[in-house]
Amino acid sequence: MSLYTPAASGADARRAVLSTSGRSKEQTPQSVLFIVLLWLSLLIGFVTLAVLLVDTFADGLTRLDGRLFTGYPSSRAEEAGARPAILGSLWVVGTTAVLAVPLGVAAAVHLEEFADRKRWWNRLVEINISNLSAVPAIIYGMLALGALALIGVQQKNIVIGGAIALAMLILPVIIISTREAVRAVPRELRDGSLAIGATPLQTTWRITLPAALPGIATGTILGLSRALGEAAPLLLLGGLVFLRFDPNGMLSQFTTMPIQIFSWTAQPQAEFHTLAAGASMLLMALVLLMNGAAIYIRNRYQKRW
Amino acid sequence: MLSVVITAGIVIALLVPALTFFEQVPLLEFLTGTRWTPRFADASYGVLPLITATAWTALVALAVAVPCGLGSAIYLAEYAPERLRRILKPVLELLAGVPTVVFGYFALLWFTPFLQDLGLEVGPFSLLSAGMVMGVMIIPTIASVSEDAMSAVPNALRQGSAALGANRMQTSLRVVFPAAFSGVVAAVVLGISRAVGETMIVTIAGGQMVQMVSNPLQQGATMTTFIANAALGDSRVGSLEYNTLFVVGLLLFLLTLIVNLIAIELVRRFRQEY
Repeated sequence: MSLYTPAASGADARRAVLSTSGRSKEQTPQSVLFIVLLWLSLLIGFVTLAVLLVDTFADGLTRLDGRLFTGYPSSRAEEAGARPAILGSLWVVGTTAVLAVPLGVAAAVHLEEFADRKRWWNRLVEINISNLSAVPAIIYGMLALGALALIGVQQKNIVIGGAIALAMLILPVIIISTREAVRAVPRELRDGSLAIGATPLQTTWRITLPAALPGIATGTILGLSRALGEAAPLLLLGGLVFLRFDPNGMLSQFTTMPIQIFSWTAQPQAEFHTLAAGASMLLMALVLLMNGAAIYIRNRYQKRW
Repeated sequence: MLSVVITAGIVIALLVPALTFFEQVPLLEFLTGTRWTPRFADASYGVLPLITATAWTALVALAVAVPCGLGSAIYLAEYAPERLRRILKPVLELLAGVPTVVFGYFALLWFTPFLQDLGLEVGPFSLLSAGMVMGVMIIPTIASVSEDAMSAVPNALRQGSAALGANRMQTSLRVVFPAAFSGVVAAVVLGISRAVGETMIVTIAGGQMVQMVSNPLQQGATMTTFIANAALGDSRVGSLEYNTLFVVGLLLFLLTLIVNLIAIELVRRFRQEY
């Protein structure tokens, strides 16, 4: 960016620049075709996703009722509900949050504020984190499965096992977004705090972290909503079970909403598909609400220092 | 520290069962065999059928996601008025959060019948349907990451291009796109690793039959489908069947790792600092 850039920002500025170059040139056959193609590519995505939402909504509306919340899985579709799955999802995601959030934030703050970036192991850690975020989700399930087998736990389908898998899955998300948030806090704030006699630890705790809170919250919510919608790692831990009781603790057996949806979709009868659609709506409402909140927090509290 | 522990953990957790597996099955047979029947009495462990299925779904998904994702990104970064952009971008990010199991439901119960209505010869399960829906799932990822890269290209470059008499299409394709290339590569690679590692859509809509796949209209089991299905059955810890699970997992992990390392190298080579 230089002195020559107009004051307006983003696409408006780009348009301002380009509109001076005349209309006729923008309307050659190729460039008209080009913009039509761009429109098409945008439309394909949005239309398919709109169809998905509408279709699921239309299918599931009749079963988005009380029985879905109070009923237990059953071989008779009209009686079946997702109560254990809903409670199981809450237990697993809650435990995941307890595990992943403190660890992730601490790791990010360490990397950003205290770690010496010239040391080779710190550089290794950085490359590693960006690599971890691209590892397929199902691998984390295998890791948790392997870990449980290694310490000799016979029962693999327990809340804490699922939470460990999901926590590992979302740690990179939390670490990366926390680091970005911490990095965005200007040097001057920290220097000011240090100048009036605070220790580096006090500065981090009372100045940097509060200032970075919106960014951390955004990353955390996005990570947890991903954990809520994820089925593959839990499938590996034997999450597909027929439960007729509510999960009641860290060591309880569990199933979750995505897995319940998967098992209903795999049934041949259309009534179960309706149930799957109803549960999908509930799950999507939760996930989209969380994502919406995260995006809102980011846009609302994004400070320009 | 923790991430190193996790990576080391992944490698160890996958390696130990994998090594015991290769004591019983030679590596060459595993990599080049065309029959995958670990559950039969006459067991055969050729992983190629799983790989062909994975490759076809990933190809179909990328054929949908890369053009649509990049097209959306160019539109959002270069053409969309600021107000429209401020609405479309969050909506796109919001849609990136739709759970994959819902996409699976959609692929099996809406998209496959839709393809059949179009007159395509697809059965109730097909890799084509699973791949296309997976492609739609990946569009927001590719669009969002490459849009960020294109927006980061300084305006001075666009002004220079316009001053030389280029129109907006020429500016987008010949100036902005090359300048943002490293970000675009990163976006596409992220898409590839998601396509290769995606489990629920292919397990639900891609079919479970293990076979060499030569065209995407067939059904087939991908590596992730196999892992998910094998995990559903109860296999004893330490048995050969349990170990095959980890061997396929290790292969999947190595594949995504290699793709990623290539990407990091490409990004480094094409990065332009402004």
